[in-house]
Amino acid sequence: RVCPVRGAAATRGRARPDMDLFGDLRRMNKRQLYYQVLNFAMIVSSALMIWKGLIVITGSESPIVVVLSGSMEPAFHRGDLLFLTNFHDDPIRAGEIVVFKVEGRDIPIVHRVIKVHEKGNGNIKFLTKGDNNEVDDRGLYKEGQNWLEKKDVVGRARGFLPYVGMVTIIMNDYPKFKYALLAVMGAYVLLKRES
Amino acid sequence: RKNVEDFTGPRERSDLGFVTFDITADILNGKNSIFDWNVKQLFLYLSAEYSTKNNALNQVVLWDKIMLRGDNPRLSLKDMKSKYFFFDDGNGLKGNRNITLTLSWNVVPNAGILPLVTGSGHVSVPFPDTYETTKSY
Repeated sequence: RVCPVRGAAATRGRARPDMDLFGDLRRMNKRQLYYQVLNFAMIVSSALMIWKGLIVITGSESPIVVVLSGSMEPAFHRGDLLFLTNFHDDPIRAGEIVVFKVEGRDIPIVHRVIKVHEKGNGNIKFLTKGDNNEVDDRGLYKEGQNWLEKKDVVGRARGFLPYVGMVTIIMNDYPKFKYALLAVMGAYVLLKRES
Repeated sequence: RKNVEDFTGPRERSDLGFVTFDITADILNGKNSIFDWNVKQLFLYLSAEYSTKNNALNQVVLWDKIMLRGDNPRLSLKDMKSKYFFFDDGNGLKGNRNITLTLSWNVVPNAGILPLVTGSGHVSVPFPDTYETTKSY
């Protein structure tokens, strides 16, 4: 006996609007679930590709960074977003805003270059300082380290957007918010139906 | 100019320079002002650029100032001493005839590109051939 379930479902009208969600869940079969998951995977892959593309175009391992401290106020505040480039042939010059990592530490720092000493062979050593700090960054460098070199640079700040990076900071400080956001996104993607 | 142990970092004897300067600047107001609706502040800085035996290119920021939109756009600073210690990486200031002082500024927008502009005027300053021993700064 074949029960034409599909046909019956198509002709049955939408009974009650608030029961729709559960009705959808029951009617969704495996094929539709796989389709939704693939759709989601495609969106994630595209986003990753765009990010990798930016890394290639800008030459920086982290082309977009969020400002974490107030050491560059009033120019940049915590939560601002910075866009970086790191072209190999770009020289490091006094006054530039660079994002660098101290050896052994993960957190990038955004400060301004205040001293540059470059040798004839292209070897550069430089010193940085936050606009809002009284002293230069030697206290932040590694023990015994007095200068930064090109290899410590993540990129040069070329453009910026205020406030936008706050989302990342909130997600870091309140992991529950991050999980809630992911749960909502996951639910939306899996339950969304293309009519 | 003196030759002292660089107490700001590397413990080697390096040349320490003392520079006094005047700055007059007039940031245009009105239609062609650099302070348009998208400019939050200007970060001005005076840098000294020179060559030494040790290093082909040296740049040291001597003084800086943050000028917010709405601040007095006229700068008339006289007899200023450098805000930061002018230490060379080595002994390249003694007898150096060509230290170029330039005023530059970083335009910080409300949102957008961060340009770095160098002023077109610049001043060349020579350092004497001997060290100062007694001068009080």
